[in-house]
Amino acid sequence: MNDSQKALQKKKIIHAVMLVVLIVLFFLFISPFLLVVINVFKTKADITSNPLALIGKHGFTVKNFPEAMKKMSFWTVFFNSVVITCSATVLTIIFSAMAGFVIVRNKWKACTLLFSLMVASMVIPFQVLMVPLVSVYGGIVGVLNHRLTLILMHTGFSVSMATFMFHGAIFTNIPIELEEAAFIDGCNRWQTFWKIVFPLLKPTIATITIIDAMAFWNDYLLPSLVLQKKELYTIPIATQSFYGTYSTDIGLVMAALLLAMLPILVLYLFLQRYIVKGVTSGAVKG
Amino acid sequence: MNRNKLSYKVSQYLTFAGPALILFLGTVIIPFVYGLYLTFTSWDGISREKPFVGGDNYVAAFTDTAYWQALGRTMVYSFFAVILINALAFFLAYLVTSGVKGENFFRAGFFVPNLIGGIVLGYVWKFVFNRAFVAVADAITGGSNPSLLSTPGGAMFCLILVSVWQYAGYMMLIYVAGFMSVPDSLKEAAMIDGCTPAQAMKDVTIPLMRASFVQCIFLSITRCFMVYDVNLSLTKGEPFNSSVLAAMHVYNQAFTYKNYGTGQAEALILFVICAIVGVTQVYIGKKGEVGA
Repeated sequence: MNDSQKALQKKKIIHAVMLVVLIVLFFLFISPFLLVVINVFKTKADITSNPLALIGKHGFTVKNFPEAMKKMSFWTVFFNSVVITCSATVLTIIFSAMAGFVIVRNKWKACTLLFSLMVASMVIPFQVLMVPLVSVYGGIVGVLNHRLTLILMHTGFSVSMATFMFHGAIFTNIPIELEEAAFIDGCNRWQTFWKIVFPLLKPTIATITIIDAMAFWNDYLLPSLVLQKKELYTIPIATQSFYGTYSTDIGLVMAALLLAMLPILVLYLFLQRYIVKGVTSGAVKG
Repeated sequence: MNRNKLSYKVSQYLTFAGPALILFLGTVIIPFVYGLYLTFTSWDGISREKPFVGGDNYVAAFTDTAYWQALGRTMVYSFFAVILINALAFFLAYLVTSGVKGENFFRAGFFVPNLIGGIVLGYVWKFVFNRAFVAVADAITGGSNPSLLSTPGGAMFCLILVSVWQYAGYMMLIYVAGFMSVPDSLKEAAMIDGCTPAQAMKDVTIPLMRASFVQCIFLSITRCFMVYDVNLSLTKGEPFNSSVLAAMHVYNQAFTYKNYGTGQAEALILFVICAIVGVTQVYIGKKGEVGA
């Protein structure tokens, strides 16, 4: 055996070891989810007696699902989450793209001021804003307990980051000559933006959709402060309140947790490539 | 139409930036400024009156031992969590960029915890710690064992473990981007000059990935300092308030005990400390950055 063959063999062994390490780590990473999945099909007594067994003594049951669905009003909270996430994401994208456009293309003081304020505000954590937010919109204005309030607040919190990203995308990727050509062809600024600029922003739109939709879907603190009526709950709040009431009925808890995770996991199964790509480009730019 | 007219500028500005401006001012700027004002009042959350109390809330915050204990705990928690998150994330990124089969599959798999909100993750792990871990411990020792979550040290350990598991996959993606940005030719050149792979990693790849480290450490510090969801669902501050982290203390101070002014002052102090730590880290990190 010559040197290069030896080196090749060594490389193969290293790769095999790495693969084994990866498989073990992967298994450890998803084991909490696997535990939920195997226990969701057991009765309460079986979970308590042996949470690690694949199938309980009393056999396989799907009884936990309908009961948990009814008790957490799954379809209502699912609908709320979908409406809030979709509306807030669409609004964030439209408003931020428009703001980014006017800021990049005009050197007015009002644009620079808004942009600097937005960039500076990105360091402010939500915890600093939550008390005054409740005080203003709960105490003074009195608009809590409306889905629309939450949607607009979600949008307000995410426009700065999204505007920053659209600003970068328009600045680097969209040649101003395109807009001048559109102007000569008779487009006004509004038409130029919607017909020329916005369609060219697709990659950034995809990135922001993924980042923001995931953040809105999973957010707990803000929705829990804004929506205090049971029929307005989103999935995270419903999970929290469900656990508070039924924590001893562990079979139901398992079903509720799985139901809370399922929508996004199913989506991930299909859009996995885009989500990983979107999150990476969002994280590296942001 | 004259493009230099003020009316044109104003209408353009308001049409395009107006909606974003209004929402941004309404949710971020106004509450921020109003929050500064609130720290000088003793509002109880119900009455219309907001009596002005000067610096009392800051005095209360500085003498609130529970707050400083929570902050100290947050520091300890963040210290271990940040180091472990980044070590694991870097290791994972190294493994999934080394040319092993199924890289994309593993990347996607390690990212899964980030898809799910902290509340749900906390309850999933609560089940794992309270039931599965206990069942394993019972099987090994033959007796009955308490859950890790029922001891103060154990609860903190669990919080750190869950945070590491939760964020490692996200940071891994940033490190993966960092690994990909280092040209292979540089590593090969180093190897030809007689470097072992370990030396090439230490002296070529890692220095060139400094920006990724700075970014990941910054992100993990800010997230750990402000953690709330997992803290609430996994430990709820128990046992005996020994795992209340700073954000949870602020929440309780304001919304449970109705000391809105003091809570807001404590939130501001937390933010300032977090900002100082984060900025210092970025400053130190950026100073020694090298270009490829």
